[in-house]
Amino acid sequence: MVSSRRKFIKISALGLGGAAVSAAAFNFLSGSTYLDELVYAKVTENYKKTATYCEVCFWKCAGWIYSDENNNVKKIIGNEDDFQCYGRLCPRGTGGVGMYTDPDRLKTPLIRDIVNGEETFREASWEEALTLVASKMKAVKDTHGAESIALIKHGEPGGHFEHLLKSFGSDTVAEPAFAQCRGPREIGFKLTLGSWVGSPEPTDIQDTKCLVLIGSHLGENMHNTQVQEMSDAIDRGATIITVDPRFSTVASKSKFWLPIKPATDMALLLSWMHVLIYENLYDKEYVEAFGLGFDQLKDHVRTFTPDWAYGITTIKPEIIRKTAREMADAAPAVIVHPGRHVSWYGDDSQRARAVAILNALLGSWGRQGGFYFKEALKVPDFPQPAYPKPKWTWRELSAKYPYAEMGVTNEVIRQSIPAEDVTHPVKGWIVAGCNLPVAIPQKELLLKAIDSLDFMVVVDTMPMEVTGYADVVLPECTYLERWGSIRSSTGREPSLALRAPAVEPLYDSKPAWWIAKQLGEKLGLHDYFNYTDYSEVLDWQCKQVGTSLEEMLKIGVKNYPRKTGPLYINSNLDYKFPTKSGKIEFYSEELASIGQPPMPVYTPHPEPEKGFYRLNYGRAPMHTFSRTANNPNLNDLMSENCVWVNPKVAKIEGLNADQYVWLKNQDGVISTFPIKVRITERIRFDAVYMVHGFGHDNKKLSNAHGKGISDTEMVTKVSIDPLMGGTGMRGNFISFIIENPNKNI
Amino acid sequence: MKEELFISGRNIPNIDPVLHVWHWPISVDVFFGGMAAGLLFFAALFYLLGKEKEMPSAIKYAPFMAPVGISIALICLFYDLTHKLYFWRLYLTFRLESPMSFGSWVLMFITPLSFLWAFSYVREVFPKVNFNNEILVVIEKFAIANRRVMAILLLPLSISLGVYTGILLSAFNARPLWNNAILGPLFLTSGLTTAAAVVIYFAKNAFERQLFNKILLLLIVVQSFFLAHMILGYFAGTEIQLEAVQLLFEGKFGIMFVGFVLILGLLVPFILELFTYQGVKIPVIIPVILILLGGLIFRFVMVDAGQMSRYLY
Amino acid sequence: MRLAMVIDTKKCVGCSDCVVACQTENDVPIGYCRDWITETVNGSYPSLELELRSERCNHCDNSPCVRCCPTGASHYGTGGTVLVTKNECIGCGACIESCPYDARYQHPKGYIDKCTFCNHRVKEGLLPACVSVCPTKCMYFGDLDNSHSEVSQLLRNRKYKTLAPEAGTKPQVYYLI
Repeated sequence: MVSSRRKFIKISALGLGGAAVSAAAFNFLSGSTYLDELVYAKVTENYKKTATYCEVCFWKCAGWIYSDENNNVKKIIGNEDDFQCYGRLCPRGTGGVGMYTDPDRLKTPLIRDIVNGEETFREASWEEALTLVASKMKAVKDTHGAESIALIKHGEPGGHFEHLLKSFGSDTVAEPAFAQCRGPREIGFKLTLGSWVGSPEPTDIQDTKCLVLIGSHLGENMHNTQVQEMSDAIDRGATIITVDPRFSTVASKSKFWLPIKPATDMALLLSWMHVLIYENLYDKEYVEAFGLGFDQLKDHVRTFTPDWAYGITTIKPEIIRKTAREMADAAPAVIVHPGRHVSWYGDDSQRARAVAILNALLGSWGRQGGFYFKEALKVPDFPQPAYPKPKWTWRELSAKYPYAEMGVTNEVIRQSIPAEDVTHPVKGWIVAGCNLPVAIPQKELLLKAIDSLDFMVVVDTMPMEVTGYADVVLPECTYLERWGSIRSSTGREPSLALRAPAVEPLYDSKPAWWIAKQLGEKLGLHDYFNYTDYSEVLDWQCKQVGTSLEEMLKIGVKNYPRKTGPLYINSNLDYKFPTKSGKIEFYSEELASIGQPPMPVYTPHPEPEKGFYRLNYGRAPMHTFSRTANNPNLNDLMSENCVWVNPKVAKIEGLNADQYVWLKNQDGVISTFPIKVRITERIRFDAVYMVHGFGHDNKKLSNAHGKGISDTEMVTKVSIDPLMGGTGMRGNFISFIIENPNKNI
Repeated sequence: MKEELFISGRNIPNIDPVLHVWHWPISVDVFFGGMAAGLLFFAALFYLLGKEKEMPSAIKYAPFMAPVGISIALICLFYDLTHKLYFWRLYLTFRLESPMSFGSWVLMFITPLSFLWAFSYVREVFPKVNFNNEILVVIEKFAIANRRVMAILLLPLSISLGVYTGILLSAFNARPLWNNAILGPLFLTSGLTTAAAVVIYFAKNAFERQLFNKILLLLIVVQSFFLAHMILGYFAGTEIQLEAVQLLFEGKFGIMFVGFVLILGLLVPFILELFTYQGVKIPVIIPVILILLGGLIFRFVMVDAGQMSRYLY
Repeated sequence: MRLAMVIDTKKCVGCSDCVVACQTENDVPIGYCRDWITETVNGSYPSLELELRSERCNHCDNSPCVRCCPTGASHYGTGGTVLVTKNECIGCGACIESCPYDARYQHPKGYIDKCTFCNHRVKEGLLPACVSVCPTKCMYFGDLDNSHSEVSQLLRNRKYKTLAPEAGTKPQVYYLI
């Protein structure tokens, strides 16, 4: 084991060639089309259906896996009983097959070692790899305490390691999903309305009359039910208002598209409040019943007129008025969407608060066509001893931020780099299903942290970049090959969904629950893993909530009646908001008391200098972050990202369509790879746009390597949200390099 | 600015970004098919006109190139099939609307005839050849006895083959550059032109040389007329045809079409043949090679550029 | 019976689910497709129009591909669908050349392949795979000869277009605009 310089190893371990040989052997056999036809005809009749819920993104749609007796996953189809997908999976769910068939998958445990003087990975047995991980974990516990081992996770498999870590005595858990993504909106909404928005968002799009999207590109992000309900809304003739500097797909379907100047959304939101209040368009009854500090708000937004906002946002005053009236006409069946990835400029929780306030003025929270009250079923934990109490947890580690309600990944990174202000030193990382170099901005800091660790173990299905920095890489099998934790979703109705294995794990990959359990056994934590197969846990849990594994295997999804009362606030408006005051806090005493603005204010954000353009990034419907870039089916749909450039900019910069260029940001960081130029009218002249998740630089990702660039690589400057520690990433600016900058090196 | 792009699901080999399912074998097939058709046409025509004595090149010598050309054409055609094991399916049905079917049936009949025709002259042209095999002698006897029947059959078949080389392309409405009725006659004329050039090359006497000199001049004029007709037709056409015709005058196809087809393949040989007609001594091989090359390149341009032309929607 | 597809461009977000669903349903090899998505942008910032279309074989009433097939491998099936019988196909490529929509391709195994309107599913009373997965429900499938069918009603009540109607192929995939 090499503990000093953790050099990035492009997983190219000795002897991974076996798969190629066997694949070639199969090709040889499939010569005769007649024979194929016969086999195919026979097989179609014999598909096995296995219940699952999707793991390609966080939406977790339930579905059925169709597989044949030869361990071939043929297709995945949505479960009709699932309110999270209504029987229709998105392209990624349908293409989930590719996660299983991807020949580049991690195949066996790998251990960092020195062979012939060079750092490399060598293949190892599970026994050896797990023993090593357990001994490293013990070592950290002995010298620094169990708390110094952190888990950075995303998705369901992470949960098993969270259980392991908690049993071990550490609750140092963080997810980029909070500080790098949706954290600000959860805090903004909680401070205003008393509750997180949560996932899936309780937006009642199916009944809405007006949907307002602020930088949210529904349809390009395939948040399944929302897209489906939006489509129905279009059919019903509902108004869509989209605020975006880019002519997004949904902008093209909107009655109003507000091509706003980037980074000025707050001014627009404030002027909308102004119009609603000063034109007497707000829901007076609702505000009177639930509002706290309305007069202060009224006073606050007095000067934020549409004319004031026009100078900032470049949106014409009459359009601001018109759209505000449109919302008021639809109210309360109106949704000002909270968005999802909202860590943009550092004042994001405040912006989310402005969105929440706007919804409150329109009376849409807890109203039909606005936001419904979600409900989930509480599934008890499998019997186990209580977790030991750690001396400190993610909460103390992130204490710098008063509203860090989940572990802040960037704080975990900071505390991993020895320095004077480190209060809660982190010495070891377990990274589960989370490709940090493409998910976390400021790569330099990340690498410094990784370099300082005592050890790092990565659990993943694919040789993602993050695996290259690990001491031990553990190959997890895909969701199609294993049991998963029971999915208890929030929604209009509570529901359960089961994930069962359709096929045996390929190669020497293992389920996350198995890996966690084996580690647990090695660490003497058997009581926390008191089962031989995870199906025992599932069966026990199912039985606690009136079903059984046997039943769930047949139906996949079980819906339960609501218990917490109606979906919406009743007509008597008797409802207590879960805020401290029990009211909607237009004015937040809480924020005032800690010296933060009690009501949202507009702050100008940095703007690009001449020759630079703001880097905006987003999603493509066929990809989930960087994790699907190598999926054969999904890569086939979109294999690289391109940089969207306005034709005027292209002219000034001398760019041609489809030309490959390198990007250089304000800090002089140059992209590793070139990116294709898309000259399009769909983007404003002061910004460029690209889809997130490309530019993989691990050669073992044979489909994705070197295709497009990683926007995260260009994000070297972040604006930290003082409330919850979010990293605002939309304040980076790029210029174009036409000549290959690597030529002379 | 108008922007049109594929979001996903394309980039299929040989189809995206430009259609190129038919490769060089099709151009070669069409060229040799046309040339062979011309050779057989001249042979049959002049045989029936009773010119066997005066025109040995057209009737006896040049037709030896016909089975060679047809064989090359057939091999090319077969080579370009992607599901070769099923080629026999062609001969289980006849579909008049399908040029491919029509052509394969024409080839089915004309191929043995072309061999038989040449075979009947083997001993005349190559006096040293001696058949040891009795069957061969029988066949030869049969062939010689039935030359007239063969000629009568070859006349319509060769015209069909020549026209087929054109309508193989022109039947495709989806490719605006191909989709015009003149392409059949044009390719027939072009095939006759290349055949005439071959006949001139093999010509044994002044009569034949002078006659084919005139025929060639006439064919070049007719071909130019058809070409002008075709191109003017594009220019008078809809947007898709206007876009298609640009392919012939711009870029690499422009150089090939204007330089090698129009100038070197038609204009220059025309002038050279005109001089020959006036009695100026010019090596026979020069116009012959120019015409053959021009004919071949013309087919390459039409096959490749045609596949790039398409409907706009 | 005249089977047809109606696709609402007002709802399509171009997510490509139809493309990948077709690939998995019909074992279309990676790198090939029977359906695909196009995007057309018109205008200049900020006055823009965007159209997304899921395209495939139009199962034309007057199919040039059926006409030009030398062996009869390309033929009309039930409901006017245009199909290819693999073991009658010689792979001459004429049908590919004849299609104004570039809807056919050479399968790596040699024969020519294309959208079948999922006739194996339709026979079982199921919708084509693309239609059945579409998250925006922007695709409709049915019988135009039945005036009560959803597709007939949509074409009666909405503005629509077909692709390259001037090619004279009488395409049977309709786009609501």
